[in-house]
Amino acid sequence: MFSFCADPSTLDSTRWMLCYLTSGKHLLFYSSFGTVLLLLAVTAPVALAFGFGGAMAARSQNAPLRLFGKGYTSMVRGVPDIIFFMFFVIALDQALEWGLHQVLCPDWTDPIRTGLEFKVCPEAKVPPNSAAQIWHEVYGFTLAVVTFAIVFGAFAANVLYGAMSAVPRAQLETAEAYGMSQGQVFRRVLVPQMWVYALPGLSNLWLILIKATPLLFLLGVKDIVYWANELGSSKTDTFAYPHGDWKLWYFLGLLVFYLAFTRVSEVVLARLTRRLSRGQATMAGEAMRKAAA
Amino acid sequence: MTCWETIGAYAFRSLGYGERMLPKSDFTLCQQFTLIGSGLIWNLYFGVLALAFGFFLANALALAKTSRHLWIRKPAEWFIFVFRGSPLFIQFFLGYQLFVLLPKTGIELWGITLQTDWLTKAWAGALFVLFLNTAAYSAEIFYGALMAVPKGDLEAADAYGITGFARFRRILWPTMLRLGWPAYTNEAIFLFHATTLVFFSSFPAFKQQGDALYYAGYFADKTYNPFIPYPIVGFYFICLTLLLTFGFSLVNRRLNRHLPSNQRARIRLRPQLIR
Repeated sequence: MFSFCADPSTLDSTRWMLCYLTSGKHLLFYSSFGTVLLLLAVTAPVALAFGFGGAMAARSQNAPLRLFGKGYTSMVRGVPDIIFFMFFVIALDQALEWGLHQVLCPDWTDPIRTGLEFKVCPEAKVPPNSAAQIWHEVYGFTLAVVTFAIVFGAFAANVLYGAMSAVPRAQLETAEAYGMSQGQVFRRVLVPQMWVYALPGLSNLWLILIKATPLLFLLGVKDIVYWANELGSSKTDTFAYPHGDWKLWYFLGLLVFYLAFTRVSEVVLARLTRRLSRGQATMAGEAMRKAAA
Repeated sequence: MTCWETIGAYAFRSLGYGERMLPKSDFTLCQQFTLIGSGLIWNLYFGVLALAFGFFLANALALAKTSRHLWIRKPAEWFIFVFRGSPLFIQFFLGYQLFVLLPKTGIELWGITLQTDWLTKAWAGALFVLFLNTAAYSAEIFYGALMAVPKGDLEAADAYGITGFARFRRILWPTMLRLGWPAYTNEAIFLFHATTLVFFSSFPAFKQQGDALYYAGYFADKTYNPFIPYPIVGFYFICLTLLLTFGFSLVNRRLNRHLPSNQRARIRLRPQLIR
């Protein structure tokens, strides 16, 4: 990065540290924080959408759809979320390849599952074997995002289902009395009022989501845990910057990052709750009205 | 190999007894059920012990957090913040690195040599991290419950002349437990779920002795078929969750036995406590 970094073995300790912390691998480490933020930025809205769909399905009049929705909302209750992470990442990949295999290679006669491997025709490989490394990483990341969205969608569905049931029944009945259709009641009355009930659960979910991001490491994405593990392990003299086992310091850095992130989120979410409670027919809203008067 | 022989060979494989080699090919459903069930012993071990030890530390921390003395309150607050604000996964990594850095020969303390190498093994190191983690989460629950003890109860205690430690033991503590118990049930369930992380963080599984998810991962890696082993772990954990809910609801009933039936706290399963 700097011109004086050409020969690290001749540097004094301050400059050595400066050069060490700006080496190419460290820049990759810093950019992997971006990966984590990207995951959060993409997963949060998608999971919310999944959750909304799940909660709507669970309230549906249609019995099979309702069963599906209830199953989805309750799937995360009894089973550890990490099992879903491990499961979906492989299952989604195989489902995709299997589907492509059926379309692209209808004359393929060999069995796909032999008990020891999962083998589809070369054309059905996702991404193709010839693809550049970057596409393999993008594909891995996309799978991780979808997996996160499915699991956290189930959490969100739980929260939103509870929030939808928490809207006072009288509000909906009034809307019906005005002659609104089911859809209109849902769109104009239920959804706008539901958010304030959903917010405590959703803020909790956001904090959980932040704390689940290190699991990206288990899904094979080169995230901050991967790089901390990689950079922290002791380096012999064959490396440009030899050092002992520094993993402790790297993981301490990650700990501080997560603590700061959750703390900032807590403060922002507390403000948002105040903002949304204003003028609502809830205890918090009433307390605010009295304080202002 | 019949299924009974498989059970005989692998039922305690996770503890190091029975057949040494894990199955390499021709995986049967029976093998998967047996080995994954065998791994569940570790999940039970971590969960039960961390919960049992954590309960006491959590009570102490909750009390410390209500203390008027800054020097008692602040450390408790920080402890709870650090363990609740960071991912358990990172805590495992950090804990392992800390334990590795301890001197290999042990620590000399007043002429006694304390061995430290067992802390780098999962059975002790991971248990220690889980113990601190669940203590922090439970302490926050108990602290909230302590704050929610009705004022009338304390006034009644004052009127009867019950003060000091007797007031805590007979009035405050039982009420705190009663109020906090539904949330504590959830904490217990999610602690058991969190035990699956142990062998996927840095703690190594020696001689392939791992927990339920470790063996499920082994089968999924070997067969490239996630559709059998993972649902089996899921099934085991659903059973475990039902069993835990049942056990905790018995305690809940005992804590609430003096109340009229319509005022009793019900245990509701809320997935709010993943770490």
